[in-house]
Amino acid sequence: MSSLIAANELMAARYQMALSLGFHIVLSCFGVALPSLIYVLHRRGLKHPDKEVRTTALMLAKKWAKVSAVLFAVGAVSGTILSFEMGLLWPGLMSEYGDVIGLPFALEGIAFFVEAVFMGIYLYGWDRLAPKVHLRTLIPMIISGAFGTFCILTVNAFMNNPAGFDRDPVTDEIINVDPLAAMFNSAVWGQAAHMYVATFAVTGFLVAAVYAVGMLKGRHDLAHRMGFTVAMVFATIAALVQPVVGHFAGQRLAEDQPSKLAAMELSIESEDRAPLTIGGLYIDGEKRFGIEIPWLGSLASGNSLNQVVPGLEDIPVDERPPVNVTHIAFQLMIAAGTTMALVATYYWWRRRRVGDGVFEERWLMRAVVACGPLAVVALETGWTTTEVGRQPWIVYGELRTEDAVTSNSGIWFSLAAIVVVYTSMALLATKIIRGMTRRWRESGDIDLPTPYGPSEQDKHLVDA
Amino acid sequence: MGLSDLVAALMFLGVVAYAIFGGADFGSGVWDLAAGDARKGAHVRAQIDRSIGPVWEANHVWLIYVLVFLWTGFPETFAAIMTTLFVPWMLVGLGIVLRGGAFAFRKFSSTVREAQIHGAVFAASSVITPFFLGMIAGAVASGRVPADGSGEIWGSWTGPTSWVGGVLAVLTCTFLAGTFLAADADRFGNHELAAQIGRGALRVGAVTGVVSIAAAVTLEVDAESLASGLHGRGLPLIVISAVAGSFSMWRLWAGRWARARVGAVIAVAAIVIGWGVGQYPDILVDAVTIDEAIGARSTQIGLLIVFAFAAVTAVPSLAWLYVLVNRKDWTKPSSDSLS
Repeated sequence: MSSLIAANELMAARYQMALSLGFHIVLSCFGVALPSLIYVLHRRGLKHPDKEVRTTALMLAKKWAKVSAVLFAVGAVSGTILSFEMGLLWPGLMSEYGDVIGLPFALEGIAFFVEAVFMGIYLYGWDRLAPKVHLRTLIPMIISGAFGTFCILTVNAFMNNPAGFDRDPVTDEIINVDPLAAMFNSAVWGQAAHMYVATFAVTGFLVAAVYAVGMLKGRHDLAHRMGFTVAMVFATIAALVQPVVGHFAGQRLAEDQPSKLAAMELSIESEDRAPLTIGGLYIDGEKRFGIEIPWLGSLASGNSLNQVVPGLEDIPVDERPPVNVTHIAFQLMIAAGTTMALVATYYWWRRRRVGDGVFEERWLMRAVVACGPLAVVALETGWTTTEVGRQPWIVYGELRTEDAVTSNSGIWFSLAAIVVVYTSMALLATKIIRGMTRRWRESGDIDLPTPYGPSEQDKHLVDA
Repeated sequence: MGLSDLVAALMFLGVVAYAIFGGADFGSGVWDLAAGDARKGAHVRAQIDRSIGPVWEANHVWLIYVLVFLWTGFPETFAAIMTTLFVPWMLVGLGIVLRGGAFAFRKFSSTVREAQIHGAVFAASSVITPFFLGMIAGAVASGRVPADGSGEIWGSWTGPTSWVGGVLAVLTCTFLAGTFLAADADRFGNHELAAQIGRGALRVGAVTGVVSIAAAVTLEVDAESLASGLHGRGLPLIVISAVAGSFSMWRLWAGRWARARVGAVIAVAAIVIGWGVGQYPDILVDAVTIDEAIGARSTQIGLLIVFAFAAVTAVPSLAWLYVLVNRKDWTKPSSDSLS
């Protein structure tokens, strides 16, 4: 009975972490990628020879910066709570590995600090800083976004591929800690690159989707065309680069994390010339309903027909991850990513042929709208693949998740609180941003005065 | 002083910085709560947005700084604090999420009604969050967090020291913020608002003084180890805090807001440093010393290098931000907002 309750609490802790991370990760994508998009617009707003283009580009940069202020705020606080949850939910992880993998968190803290400071400067810098200086305040944000992503991914890569310490042969305690070796483990480059590109896919497609909705409503003005195009350039590059990056990031799995690869590929027996299974479920130790494409599994996991794809049969039962969740999440990610790449490619092909007429093609615009949520699906299912696929380990091969979880009971209550608060935050952020865009449309003015009080003067107490 | 003491000192530097910057930030929300209805409170609320709008996210990075230093420098202590004090930390976390979200949402609200709702959430969570942080501090200071984190899930943070810790935290945040807001309003040219907030701060300061004395008595009976540390090494800091606090009150009385702010900052810094010095060499009072809790040596050296890296990247950035927000033309509405 007590082990049943413990198992229950473990699930609550895993759900709470999944929800907290799954929420934060979308916002952090904007924090990382949006400054680059804004930079392109802002620069065009200063340098373009045509005055109308300059005015429109600057207006878009201002609007996107205001939206990013809201997203950055929610991202900042949801990131803070994650740092609590590392200890609240997983004290077993932090007490054992805190000093092995703490440094990149400290470095990420610096990156976030710099980004927060320059965000403040950029937002309040319009008309106060020299235009060139103001534009350049985006650069530290772009750099710290990339650096912060790398730091966080070193920690996750460490959990997948632990390195940088030994165990005392007698006491089994961790000794000879080498924090640099822990950071620069063999999984980090692939994972960090995959995540960094994902931030641009998510941000690019979500922004493009917003403007595509406008196009469908008949708003074809220069601002819509420009906002759409800038976002789509980033989204397209990300969507085309991502399969390649993901492919190479996955190459290490056959050797380093066979159980994850076996679950992703729904592979029962270890074999070379292994098939790729599309769809399918793992039921009673057997593969059901899937469509097999011969040889492709080996090619995908090791670029060779001779690549052995590990099978679940070779993994001890108590070391197998939840197979169906991992496999389905992985395939959803591939499907969403492929769709995004196809839609983006088709868009540029049509644009070459019909120019601005492309914005009149309703089915294409609808497809771009769909790519916004699809990018989020790819992001979340990608994370699900790597996180659920690592189970039952929190540090692969070293520490089981059940041994790292807090001894406290009542995690279902904190999970419930997080569900309520995060749902409200998501709804309110959406409502606020929609209110902002509505006011922009109605007033034609970029500034959004805050209604501190009932009188008209109360609205001009602070620079909007 | 060994490597472990140095790491602990750098971590505690973050605690002091958070008490000042985070404290003034939280306290601003208390003034928001007390500002009255939409008509009466508009100027105070606008001043709060002007004062903390550009800096609030940076102000709270200090908390992350402390946590990261704690788990990297003293991993088992971090796990113990988070396990025993699960409930108040969870409440602090939710408070921070609600507060940050609501603060950003209010700024971009469409209607007065909407701004009022978000403002209320911002203001209420500005009281709740420092209160629970003070309770957490009280739990550690009174020796209620055991080394293995097996402390009582409710009892550990609801002792007498935690209650006075929570109340004192809210009061000091409010007092600090009062001096900051008064000085900012004055610089912005709104002398009437400065005087209004300054008078309020004087009253809050008087209450804080009385509660501080009550807190000292509570520590004598409920947190004996800390109290004995405060009688010895910590005494000069207590004196400095009392003198600086009185100076701040005296300057508030005279309407010298900027001077009052200096006094308030010194008073808060001194009392927080006093806490640290008082419980040294314990990191968890009566349970673990800094030397016993320290993690792997190579990582601690790494932490010092990271700190140096922060000193050349984050600190100059922050300094520039503070210089900018304190420039006169920076706090005035920009030209196009009135057009």
